[in-house]
Amino acid sequence: MKAFDYTAPATLPEAVGLLVSQPSARLLAGGTDLIVQLRSGRKEADLVIDIKKIPELNALDFDPIAGLTIGAAVPCYRLTAHLVIQSHFPALAEVASWIGGTQIQGRASIGGNLCNAAPSADSIPLLIALGATALIAGPGGRRTVAIEDFCTAPGRNQLASGELLVSIQIPTPAPHSGAAYLRFIPRNEMDIAVVGAGVAVTIADGVFTAARIALSAVAPTPLFVPAAGAALVGQPVAPAALEAAAQIAQSAAAPISDMRGTAAYRKHLCAVMTRRALEIAVTRAQEN
Amino acid sequence: MSVTPYNVLGTRPIRHDGADKVTGRALYGADLQLARMVHGAILRSPHAHARILRLDTSKAAALPGVFAVVTAADFPPAAADKIVDFGEGDMLLSSLRGNILASGKVLYSGHAVAAVAAVNAHVAAEAVALIEVDYEPLPCVLTAPAAMAPGAPLLHEGLANGNVAEYIRHEIGDLTAGFAAATVIVEREFDTATVHQGYIEPQNATAFWSSDGRVHIWCSTQGSFVARDATAAVLDLPVSQVKVTPMEIGGGFGGKINVYLEPVAALLSKKSGRPVKIVMSRRDVFTGTGPTPGSRVRVKIGVDTAGKITAAQAWLAYEAGAYPGAMVGPGAMTVFACYDIENVLIEGFDVVVNKPSTAAYRAPGAPNAALATETILDEIAEKLGIDPLELRLRNAAKEGTRRADGPRYKRIGCVEVIEAMHASAHYNAPLPGPHCGRGVAIGYWFNIGLPSSATLSVNADGTVNLIEGSTDIGGSRTSLSMQAAEVLGIRAEDVHPTIVDTDSVGYTGVTGGSRTTFATGLAVYEAAQDVVTQMKARAATLWTAEEVDFSGGIFSSGPNTLTFAQLAAQLGATGGPVVGSAAVNPRGAGGSVAGLIIDLKVDPETGKTDVLRVTSVQDAGKAIHPAYVEGQMQGGTAQGIGWALNEEYFMDASGDMRNSSYLDYRMPTALDLPMIDTIIVEVPNPGHPFGVRGVGEANIIPPLPAVANALYRAIGRRLNSVPMNPATILNL
Amino acid sequence: MAPKVQVQTTINNEPVQFLCEPRQSLLECLRDVVGLTGTKEGCGDGNCGSCTIKLGDRIVTSCLVLGVEAEGETITTIEGLAHGNTLHPLQKAFLEHAALQCGICTPGFLIAADALLQKHPHPTEDQTRFWLSNNLCRCTGYDKIIRAVQAAAVEIHGAPQ
Repeated sequence: MKAFDYTAPATLPEAVGLLVSQPSARLLAGGTDLIVQLRSGRKEADLVIDIKKIPELNALDFDPIAGLTIGAAVPCYRLTAHLVIQSHFPALAEVASWIGGTQIQGRASIGGNLCNAAPSADSIPLLIALGATALIAGPGGRRTVAIEDFCTAPGRNQLASGELLVSIQIPTPAPHSGAAYLRFIPRNEMDIAVVGAGVAVTIADGVFTAARIALSAVAPTPLFVPAAGAALVGQPVAPAALEAAAQIAQSAAAPISDMRGTAAYRKHLCAVMTRRALEIAVTRAQEN
Repeated sequence: MSVTPYNVLGTRPIRHDGADKVTGRALYGADLQLARMVHGAILRSPHAHARILRLDTSKAAALPGVFAVVTAADFPPAAADKIVDFGEGDMLLSSLRGNILASGKVLYSGHAVAAVAAVNAHVAAEAVALIEVDYEPLPCVLTAPAAMAPGAPLLHEGLANGNVAEYIRHEIGDLTAGFAAATVIVEREFDTATVHQGYIEPQNATAFWSSDGRVHIWCSTQGSFVARDATAAVLDLPVSQVKVTPMEIGGGFGGKINVYLEPVAALLSKKSGRPVKIVMSRRDVFTGTGPTPGSRVRVKIGVDTAGKITAAQAWLAYEAGAYPGAMVGPGAMTVFACYDIENVLIEGFDVVVNKPSTAAYRAPGAPNAALATETILDEIAEKLGIDPLELRLRNAAKEGTRRADGPRYKRIGCVEVIEAMHASAHYNAPLPGPHCGRGVAIGYWFNIGLPSSATLSVNADGTVNLIEGSTDIGGSRTSLSMQAAEVLGIRAEDVHPTIVDTDSVGYTGVTGGSRTTFATGLAVYEAAQDVVTQMKARAATLWTAEEVDFSGGIFSSGPNTLTFAQLAAQLGATGGPVVGSAAVNPRGAGGSVAGLIIDLKVDPETGKTDVLRVTSVQDAGKAIHPAYVEGQMQGGTAQGIGWALNEEYFMDASGDMRNSSYLDYRMPTALDLPMIDTIIVEVPNPGHPFGVRGVGEANIIPPLPAVANALYRAIGRRLNSVPMNPATILNL
Repeated sequence: MAPKVQVQTTINNEPVQFLCEPRQSLLECLRDVVGLTGTKEGCGDGNCGSCTIKLGDRIVTSCLVLGVEAEGETITTIEGLAHGNTLHPLQKAFLEHAALQCGICTPGFLIAADALLQKHPHPTEDQTRFWLSNNLCRCTGYDKIIRAVQAAAVEIHGAPQ
């Protein structure tokens, strides 16, 4: 690993100031991506800015009106253990327990998972499905970006020079809503998604009133498929509706072949994972 | 409970190195710290096949903090070529040197080209990045069939036939007549991917080249003496100029027999005048050490209506990697070794390809071959309507059976293992539901002998110190101490084992070939007998007796009796210390048969396999420490399941390994396996006083075919390539 | 080379100061600077768990922590698991159940299992396997490790009600 300087600012303005003065600096939260990338030479840094000392980035708050705020540096294990998240956002608690293993979850943050912008990122399809937004701070002030617009290419995101992710905001789900994320991995843990599907549905009187579906590892960025969710709205809750939505998700996917799976296999899995995730989400919605 | 004639054998004492290993005190190679020590790093080729046009290390050498840079040009002038014997496998000295540091050409992506020693590992890595190499890329060839095809790019000049380094042929009986007598003939072809042993501790070596000319090496090795001899050969030194201190070893499975770093660290030390430590990264381990061969295997078996195999034919092409030595020999020895067959033809091809030079991996070569034999027998059993274990039983090799490659078996436990499988609760339990399948398979490994030495010195408190040279990968300190304790009539805890350096014990072969508990065990047994003989003489002196008996830990003569401890306390007065020693080179290694029963469930929509239930059965001859015998069976089974389902070197067309991390290589995690039940069969080996058979290896042979057979029952289709991963299962 | 930074920590209940470069991992600092070599490196990218330590209230792979991040932190390594000469029940159980062969993964498993038993006094087999899936063992097939953890749970917390 090449030598770098390290600093841990205590406030957001300090961090932004450092980023403005040293645009090549790298932000460190959990480090489970960054340190691996620095060690392998895939990324370089002259300065590493540890953002974990900034209180706002460690916030994990729920307000029934404002929704859930996940500070950009909050590690997964805090989400998994959080009682409100377990009860109101069970899919999120699950995802946080599936990213890496126990030790990785002791460090890795959802914010980092988002900013790393891997096509296969586990948390992003679910965040998209939940209608989450990213709160960004920079020299020009603050702005909010929908999660589906955050990633721009493999490893690239919306953050402009001098900007950093402050938090992820997830709106409180409407009554009778349910969400789920499912991924396919050949092992049972410690694996990268071959395909992942994040879904969220709202049901009233046996009919879908809202639905959002997104996929991972099937495109250069996590893929929001509005048409798949739209196809559910107005439909009665029935296997045919789920299957139809899954088929739309599948046709939107444009996966590649690599060491984790062939394009044909990924394409096949899109429909399976989407349908299965919808089945779980429907059950949760009906229980809420 | 059966009555055992033994006091210590068959019990489960706490291992002697246990406290050190659960408290972090045990010192592995990377833990070594020496005064003035510096750190090495290796430059590796990004090309699978290329000519080195220019190699300039001047910028690296000039970096502050760098102490030495070496390339193949730093090897002493090439001596006459010779074979370097590693015990389990061997290599030409020229190949060994070429693999350690490339000269002229690089032959695989990951091939070591140069090395640097610097003040710390970070500076060493920076210096490596400053080494300039101009390559002329050459076409690469990555599989055995491609390398055997006419016009394939050639790796070496002067091999037997293009890229084929060796051709093996074993033939008995009349193959044509044998197949003519068959009513069912099945012929199939199988491909297996390159896989790695996956030991968790990366290779490491520290060397200090002293001003007196002696080289001291501390390393993680399965054999301190083979590491010594190979390092001496590469450096053109007499073996006595090299001393190897084996550190604790974090797994090997055959992969830590060869040397990679030791001569490089020594050369860097010679240049820098300091101790040099090199520790591989995980990617270095995957791309720069020896995995086990990928292979293409074609097998044809004929069976008559009585379920008797009438003829069997095998064609085995194994990928050696960059240098000859693909372990196709053991594949050819074992492909039909479980069965008594009169008409056999086996052909083997050792084929060089542009992949890392392969090494031993737990019964090396055997799983690739057994995959074919055992799945074809499964298919024949189904066609004949015979229970698959019954078909195996009708053909099982026994005492006197002649194997196609020559040897006649002494007593072996093939029948007993199959019978134990058949009688097991698992085999007789129903499958849990749809999409499930059960598979069975068996495998044979011949095990090896090789030299071992041991010394026992008696302490005045009635304990003994055991000095030995077999590096302990899985509890062998204890299985050896127990054999001494059994002979001496003392407790296992009363034996204090120490594994010492190559200056301090007689020659001892590798911890490999399932030989340690057998061969070093025999040395310890003989050393203990030597102690008994000397102690009897002391008792005779004390009692002025002619004859002294020793039984159950008691020396006696007429009315006189002394326990081992009582007599040990009187050695000072009867002539001084008693030290027993022995050096052996046994030929009586008894082969071991292993079997596996496995239940799987396949998700028909994703192709994902869940392992539901596993029972491993193996002939241990005599299980000295049953817990560590079970451990070998469970470990080999887990590795075999990983090999069968998900593990592989995923190479791109340019020969780069794309999944050289534990994240993407996909070894089984704790969540991927169920408990692994074990049934130890004990058919004593006539070549060992306690009947020991090595149990380290045979257990990895059955999983590949057992998984394949179970998958067939779950999905209704026979797969012909490994790994049998989800996409393969769905044919996508 | 960046200037070295002084880091103040508590390791195994003792105050420890060390100097490190920012690029040095906490694993490297523990092993090469502080001299606690019981924590092992198997992969360097967080996937084998051999370098598991307890950092504050959770376990982490110390290869993916910078040494400088340990400022003010409380750390437990394998050297701190036993009470003096009395082995921790998990350490005893690993020995009694032959839950190690080569032993290189053992420190990481023990630290991870200790955290598991603090969170789940009586973990099911599935909970145990899930929690420990960040720790690779290549020797044992995990069977005896899982049994040892279950036995230690009973030893520490008594039989499940």
